[in-house]
Amino acid sequence: MAVKLETLLIATLADMLDGLGHVAVGAASPIPGAAALLARARGGGRPRVSVLASERHNPFTDGGRELFDCAAQGRIDAFFLGGVQIDGAANINLVGVGGYPRTRARFPGCFGSAYLYHLVPRVILFRQEHSARTLVPRVEFVSAAGSSPAHHYRPGGPHALVTGRCVFAFERARGRFRLQSLHPGETLESLREATGFDFDVADDLQETPAPDAATLALIEGPVAEAVAETYPAFAQRVFGAKHAA
Amino acid sequence: MTTLSVEDLAAKVPDGAQIALPPDYSGCALAAVRALIRRGVKDLRVVGVPQLGFQADLLIGAGCVASLEAAAVSLGEQGLAPRFTAAVRAGGLALKDSTCPAIHAGLQAAEKGIPFIPLRGILGSDLLKHRGDWRVIDNPYGPGGPGGEGDPIVLLPAIRPDVALFHAAKADRDGNVWIGIRRELMLMAHAAATSLVTVERIVEEDLLADDETAAGTIPALYIEAIAPAERGAWPVGLRGHYGADRAHLAHYVEEAASEEGFARYLREHVTGREAA
Repeated sequence: MAVKLETLLIATLADMLDGLGHVAVGAASPIPGAAALLARARGGGRPRVSVLASERHNPFTDGGRELFDCAAQGRIDAFFLGGVQIDGAANINLVGVGGYPRTRARFPGCFGSAYLYHLVPRVILFRQEHSARTLVPRVEFVSAAGSSPAHHYRPGGPHALVTGRCVFAFERARGRFRLQSLHPGETLESLREATGFDFDVADDLQETPAPDAATLALIEGPVAEAVAETYPAFAQRVFGAKHAA
Repeated sequence: MTTLSVEDLAAKVPDGAQIALPPDYSGCALAAVRALIRRGVKDLRVVGVPQLGFQADLLIGAGCVASLEAAAVSLGEQGLAPRFTAAVRAGGLALKDSTCPAIHAGLQAAEKGIPFIPLRGILGSDLLKHRGDWRVIDNPYGPGGPGGEGDPIVLLPAIRPDVALFHAAKADRDGNVWIGIRRELMLMAHAAATSLVTVERIVEEDLLADDETAAGTIPALYIEAIAPAERGAWPVGLRGHYGADRAHLAHYVEEAASEEGFARYLREHVTGREAA
């Protein structure tokens, strides 16, 4: 039986977190949040996970600034960012489309992206909608830049882009994405059609592997339960009514 | 400290004030915000600490806001903030888009009484193009690059709001306000010239007498006035007390999709029933 797309995405993102020390997850990120909790569950408590939107899984006690101060000190190893638009150089736009400041389609704003993208070593871009509308040749507003001149202080940056169709790795030296794996049902042709930017293709391009039985059991058990505290609507939709808060 | 009614507390916010407001997950003084709207407050310069939600959308829709500095405006799980997005489209707001740590850092500079503060990151973002008040300097303590390129770093001016307005669980008779773990409220109170606070209840014990409460308490020296307001954060939640009223917020999103619907919402929930 084919796994649900959400389950595949949770497992795929979690594979990028195994062995790290501390993963933080921002607001409105149920799939990244579930991935971080999965990585922690199978790592025996490592990585440490801070889910900012949660009361139970957020350890910070010094207000909204603490995450950011932690990041600048190197205390956070991975974070997730998204974007209204993402381009082939990993620039991200969280502000909107159609001019600035009088923006035709305005989105919430940059949040912490302009900062965390520079300071967290492994920033994973996640945007489930994969279309020529979201993955564009050049973002209209750079909320946070994908790369910086060599002399800039920048311990952090993009690591990968995971969408509802595929996984791209980001090659910092080239400033470009490389297609690593296709989710079931996708082909290189369908992917090129749905992607507004040019990208490289890995020599060993493969299908995104489905999670094994043990991982599935974790996702549908303790992870679903923990996610339901913070994202009840998501948990109910994906994992069923028994996890509704 | 004498306590005021919510209406009298709101009357202390002058038109044109720079006002710091917390995000929906912290302590939002919605009862006071509704009183501000009833009063017809004008030209507020709103600072979101660091982002804003429902209360900003209400104030913007009601025509109370001249400018907005925030890292984001969103209703979270409920989606985009409809009156904010409409006002941006119409060009009716002076926008100072920011990023979360830049707001925190600007307030921390105000806490210290210093004029500016450096912050990492941000370089390469279009925010820098649009924020004429932000600067980039070469780190004066840096090693200096081999090519003389140096170590560029962003400088931000201090943010010293005229007033911070927020809601908390409790205050004591001396005007000390317990905010618990929501320490961005402490930062706001330190940075702002003064703070106006609504609370669920006034307690008889001295909140500073016991370290268990004192550690999470804003001392009265930062507070100008307090008004009791039970369920004063509604329809957003107050940690440890009540959650967000999701059904009401969904109703708001539906109504606020149009100007007519928003006007109806104001009549039903802000200017009408509670004004009586």
